[in-house]
Amino acid sequence: MTKVIVDGTEVDVPGDFSLLQACEAAGAEIPRFCFHERLSIAGNCRMCLIEVKGAPKPVASCAQQVRDQRPGPNGEPPVLITNSAVIKKAREGVMEFLLLNHPLDCPICDQGGECDLQDQAMGYGRDDARTKEFRRAVTDKYMGPLVKTVMTRCIQCTRCVRFVAEVAGVEEIGASGRGEDMEITTYLEKSLTSELSANIIDLCPVGALTSKPYAFNARPWELRKTESIDAMDAIGSNIRIDARGPEVLRVLPRVNDDVNEEWISDKTRFVVDGLGRQRLDKPYIRRDGKLQPATWDEALAVVADKLKSTAPAKIAAITGDLVSVEPVKALKDLLASFGVASLDCRQDGAKLGGPRTSYLFNSTIAGIEDADAILLVGTNPRWEAPLVNSRIRKAWLRHPVAVARIGAPTDLTYPVSELGEDFGVLGKLAAGEGDFAEALKNAKHPMVIVGQSALARADGAAILAAAAKLAAATGMIGPEGAEGWCGFNVLHDAAGRVGALDAGFLPAEGGRDVAGILDGAAKGDVEVVWLLGADEIDTAKLGNAFVIYQGSHGDAGAHRANVILPGAAYTEEPGLFVNTEGRVQKAERAVFPPGEARENWKIIRAVSGAAGKPLPYDDLTALRAALTAAVPHFGTLDTPAGSPGADTALWSGVGAAGEIAAGPVAYKIKDFYLTNPIARASKTMAECSREFIAVPALQAAE
Amino acid sequence: MSVRRYGPVQPKTFAFTAENLAWCDKLIARYPEGRQASAVIPMLWKAQEQDGWISEACVRWISEHLGMPYIRVYEIVTFYTMFHMAPVGRTHVQVCGTTPCMLRGAGDLIAVCKSRMGNVAKQVTEDGQFSWEEVECLGACVNAPLVQIFSDTYEDLDTNSFNALLDAFARGESPKPGPQIARTFSAPEGGPLTLTEVES
Repeated sequence: MTKVIVDGTEVDVPGDFSLLQACEAAGAEIPRFCFHERLSIAGNCRMCLIEVKGAPKPVASCAQQVRDQRPGPNGEPPVLITNSAVIKKAREGVMEFLLLNHPLDCPICDQGGECDLQDQAMGYGRDDARTKEFRRAVTDKYMGPLVKTVMTRCIQCTRCVRFVAEVAGVEEIGASGRGEDMEITTYLEKSLTSELSANIIDLCPVGALTSKPYAFNARPWELRKTESIDAMDAIGSNIRIDARGPEVLRVLPRVNDDVNEEWISDKTRFVVDGLGRQRLDKPYIRRDGKLQPATWDEALAVVADKLKSTAPAKIAAITGDLVSVEPVKALKDLLASFGVASLDCRQDGAKLGGPRTSYLFNSTIAGIEDADAILLVGTNPRWEAPLVNSRIRKAWLRHPVAVARIGAPTDLTYPVSELGEDFGVLGKLAAGEGDFAEALKNAKHPMVIVGQSALARADGAAILAAAAKLAAATGMIGPEGAEGWCGFNVLHDAAGRVGALDAGFLPAEGGRDVAGILDGAAKGDVEVVWLLGADEIDTAKLGNAFVIYQGSHGDAGAHRANVILPGAAYTEEPGLFVNTEGRVQKAERAVFPPGEARENWKIIRAVSGAAGKPLPYDDLTALRAALTAAVPHFGTLDTPAGSPGADTALWSGVGAAGEIAAGPVAYKIKDFYLTNPIARASKTMAECSREFIAVPALQAAE
Repeated sequence: MSVRRYGPVQPKTFAFTAENLAWCDKLIARYPEGRQASAVIPMLWKAQEQDGWISEACVRWISEHLGMPYIRVYEIVTFYTMFHMAPVGRTHVQVCGTTPCMLRGAGDLIAVCKSRMGNVAKQVTEDGQFSWEEVECLGACVNAPLVQIFSDTYEDLDTNSFNALLDAFARGESPKPGPQIARTFSAPEGGPLTLTEVES
């Protein structure tokens, strides 16, 4: 710790703090444009000038560290001054330079109202402009379907350049030319090919980079802001949903250092236009082979009738990827009251279940930063969980991390030694064979990350068991508790999966799993299938079964349905989501569901009433109380599961012993932008898919 | 200065001659593993020496050769005005237009350029022989005004000697670089003025 005096107040800060951070620690506000906590330091905007006693001129406070300052003549701590007349004048001067070429188009600029330049010009700038010269104009650059550019507004802070190079890991933006002619551009105006590209919209302190889909849609002060949780992947990114009236207009990230830092993926951000399209806004019943609108009473009666009149062994239910815990719990309780055993939440057929540790990301996402050897097993984290991928990249940038993968090679933005596509390598590594076994053994914090693509194979349980064995053999499982380390991780790609596994939405004694349900339906052994937002199954296999589809979008499940119960999407109902770490987070309602669509758990509660077996909860509080009573950790918000310790009994129960078949794994996600019904309804995602997936595939084929 | 972009007509491919490629490999080998990007500016110079300018294909070739993203090489090429992003004449005349040269008559030289090679800088004459541009200080103010052609400077010019110089280039000759008046390097015109009693 180093002492400095800021505006007369002595503060004690770590030596590697920048002067800017030291000033902030002392409560002084320092304006800045180019400085950003999570990016490297550029020092080119000059807005953060402060006086350092003894220095001949103002210094850029972001670019000097506290420990490099000289003490006073008698050993006094260095003196920093942020509120002198010199600094006021310096800031006015810098601001005047920045505004020399900045257009005065705030009234037609999308950044207006949330613009750093606007705010700081008001706070620190002069009240008038002295220049009468022409302003420079810059041609706009194409950066893809997500980022709109008005480059005349750019003040060359280079935050976007640093973000894509450092965090996103695709060096595609740069500054061409120099001086007045410096322009921010991608190489020959190609699209940005990162899943995190749209974060540069948030980073841009002016209106140079703005959101293309949201362009000219709303002003920030018109929007109702709701803090919630994202459901596009299993990271559980903390988001803020901005809505006007009944429409969600945009999604922005919230800061949560343990989960998403302050980034979100492009899918999280831009999927929202899918919330207004293809919606199921009233109940439907299939009559004479055609889906026809119905009233709630009719639909509920049909569903209740089916439940009552069908033998429990012939009823089954599958929950989807975007479903929060409450409706899963309600559906489980409802079907349990009928004695139904065929429940499954693993649409992809992943061989998960068993002890909680066996399906969680035990190291925690923030824990990736400590890892020094990472083995990826059948996973493409860049598409399954972009922010986990950026964490691995962050770790790799900070210290040497050996990353290896079993599975098909893809570009992950950091070097990966590919160990081939045969999962038998797991056994060899556990036996200490190969270079990477050495790396795992020597690592202080080794990790194995098992992906859903590996677990969804027929031998998924054996792969899981082999991974757990490898974890035990290479010392990945440390002591219990917060200080401990557990390097055994399962990476999920569905937001609702962990919550449903926790709630126990799994085949009961004698029940069928997803494959069994589909098989049974095809053969006629299963007559009623309840799909709770489940669209990623092969609906053709449902045969002649009576399909109850409950969900928000008219996708695969709804097309096959006999009864449609229109439900809320993730932005339209409060709900608990458990992320891949086992972190329970609360999503809130930003808007009401459209039309006659209702909250999902309420629909199930209504069915239970109509069927004459009412569930014992009438409101969300009671439901959550029941949930917590059944599974206590649902009562603890925002806490990852952490390390369970090296309990042999527990670890031997992970997965199931068996043969691991030879042969490659096909990654589950074929198209990052179209992984769920909401994304498939979104125009923006369709455009991204065409630009980043379809067109490059065509070009590669040529 | 102005915004710099690639010229409109671009070749599809770029290749170094075998000799230049060997030169590049030797250069890259000087830098430690992982620091090959350090060779980018000398390689761009070599490419320009070979082709007269830096094409888009050349930027891609060098990027791939050095394992750099395209945009990083593009940044360098657009940053330094010494790299030509469109073809120039076989004899590209760079007239120094900074203050000392201007005071000593660089304006006249520019007028000559305009009359012989066209009003617009960097425009190639029809025969492909000449092009000109005004550049910042060439660092030989004591011999002002001067022009640089290839890597040689031709100093102490006036309208007549400059015209004669350009005529010589047009005939395909290689005129002697340096002062174009009776003077050795930057020594006084017409012989020494000091230390005259020292015997040479």
